[in-house]
Amino acid sequence: MAEIELKDVSFIYGAGQPYEIRALDHISLTIGGPAVTGFMGHTGSGKSTLVQLLNGILKPSDGQVLLDGKDIWAEPKKIRDIRFRVGLVMQYPEYQLFDETVRADIAFGPKNMGMSKEEVDARVLEAARFVGLDETLLDHSPFDLSGGQKRRAALAGVIAMRPEVLVLDEPAAGLDPGGRREILTRIRDYQRASGSLVILVSHSMEDMALYCDRVVVLSHGKLLLDGDCASVFSQYETLLDAGLDVPQITYVAAALARYGIDIGRDVYTVKYAAQRLSEKLGGGAS
Amino acid sequence: MNLDITFGQYCEGDSVIHRMDPRAKIIAVLLYIVVIFLAKSFAAFGLLTAAAVVLVLLSGIRPRIILHGLKPLMFILLFTVVLNIFFIKGTTLLFEWAFIHVYLEGVFNALLIALRIVLLLVSTSVLMTYTTTPIALTDGLEQLLSPLKRIHIPVHEFSMMMTIALRFIPTLIEETEKIMNAQKARGADFSTGSLIQRARALIPILVPLFISAFRRADELATAMECRCYTGGEGRTRMNVLHAHARDVIACIGICLLGAGVVLLNRFGAYMLSW
Repeated sequence: MAEIELKDVSFIYGAGQPYEIRALDHISLTIGGPAVTGFMGHTGSGKSTLVQLLNGILKPSDGQVLLDGKDIWAEPKKIRDIRFRVGLVMQYPEYQLFDETVRADIAFGPKNMGMSKEEVDARVLEAARFVGLDETLLDHSPFDLSGGQKRRAALAGVIAMRPEVLVLDEPAAGLDPGGRREILTRIRDYQRASGSLVILVSHSMEDMALYCDRVVVLSHGKLLLDGDCASVFSQYETLLDAGLDVPQITYVAAALARYGIDIGRDVYTVKYAAQRLSEKLGGGAS
Repeated sequence: MNLDITFGQYCEGDSVIHRMDPRAKIIAVLLYIVVIFLAKSFAAFGLLTAAAVVLVLLSGIRPRIILHGLKPLMFILLFTVVLNIFFIKGTTLLFEWAFIHVYLEGVFNALLIALRIVLLLVSTSVLMTYTTTPIALTDGLEQLLSPLKRIHIPVHEFSMMMTIALRFIPTLIEETEKIMNAQKARGADFSTGSLIQRARALIPILVPLFISAFRRADELATAMECRCYTGGEGRTRMNVLHAHARDVIACIGICLLGAGVVLLNRFGAYMLSW
């Protein structure tokens, strides 16, 4: 599995201008190992900036971004190769659809990689299957699709490049709960099937709890918390101070603790809470 | 691609110039441009340069921002300077080689023309764009042009369109950047290949950009209709413009500056030929 390392990375927007903003402040972080890593933070915490550094859309003002131990900016002319290896799905990716058919749009990435026509076609079908896009839709105009289908088509456009690292910035934003679940489940299934590294950015604590193995919390451009879901969500005072939230069930657990039923602070899914509670109360697990 | 544009941006502040009536500023800028074109001698340009410095100091805008705004002009400046040095014929020959003749007059001309361009840009941007919000500017323009309503020119509609266009420039720039980044993430390449290949590479940016611009326009129209916008007829203003003494003084000041320039034109050792 690929590994991304950030070494003391800072990023400043509009350096030297009247409105310069320090979006990231000396971040050091290694992402590998656990399959799905979640980035979390309040609006303006720097998470979108961070993901754009991972594939060289932005260049760090200071520090290094390493992919498998190699600085991605070592050869600036070959940054395109990095972008094929680290696929980035930006926020509201459906606004980047442009081609006449969904098929041609998904093929844009693989074509830029210089693949043969047969290979491109195979990749398009494979990517469409992963995101659950019906094959009959491939010859429609992307602008005739529904919102959820557009989102999936845009996602397929990146997955078709078979990146070693798939970075998704709020992939479920603006979708209804059903659409959310479906797209996030598909992303997790894609991770399991392809063995690639997935990085997910989200505000939603419930999504983080359900789909991520590791959670990284940013606040005002700095690293606030880093660890598995249980250890991050158990520090909910810190999260609340950072303008974030914790899953509803963590509140319930905290309230129960106040009434003398302590099932632990590291409860973040309903299933887990039910299990702990039944253990505590000595009943059967149901 | 570098999309940061300082020239024409509004810089917040609370100086005398910021507080001037936008109508007065528009008139003042027009007068100022005329005055700059009147100047022909070194002495006159000296006076104008001093006036520009005073203007910058009054506005409280940091010189660094103004210098940054001049950057895109470098090419035009260089071009005019070179053109003037080599093509103006005079009497004092400075340098001669093959078909190249450089006259003292050419060098003077080049200097003064370059100064004229810089002065034009600095003083108009300090008086208008750096210190006036686009909204105030179109508001002032609408009122100055309102007599044209008599001959059925839809002044309000034009100024509304201008306001909206100005308002959406930053939005469109931001949108373009986002779309470019998204396509770059899929390996789009805008900087290599033949001219035709580069033009084709713009399609993945332009199509989404146009679609979102139309969508935005549609949404804006709906939002305006929801708030019962029907055009300028019988509409009152939230900010009624008032001319103060300082506005009149500013315009008179610029007229005096013009008189000074005309006077100083008489005492020039060298006169600009155009």
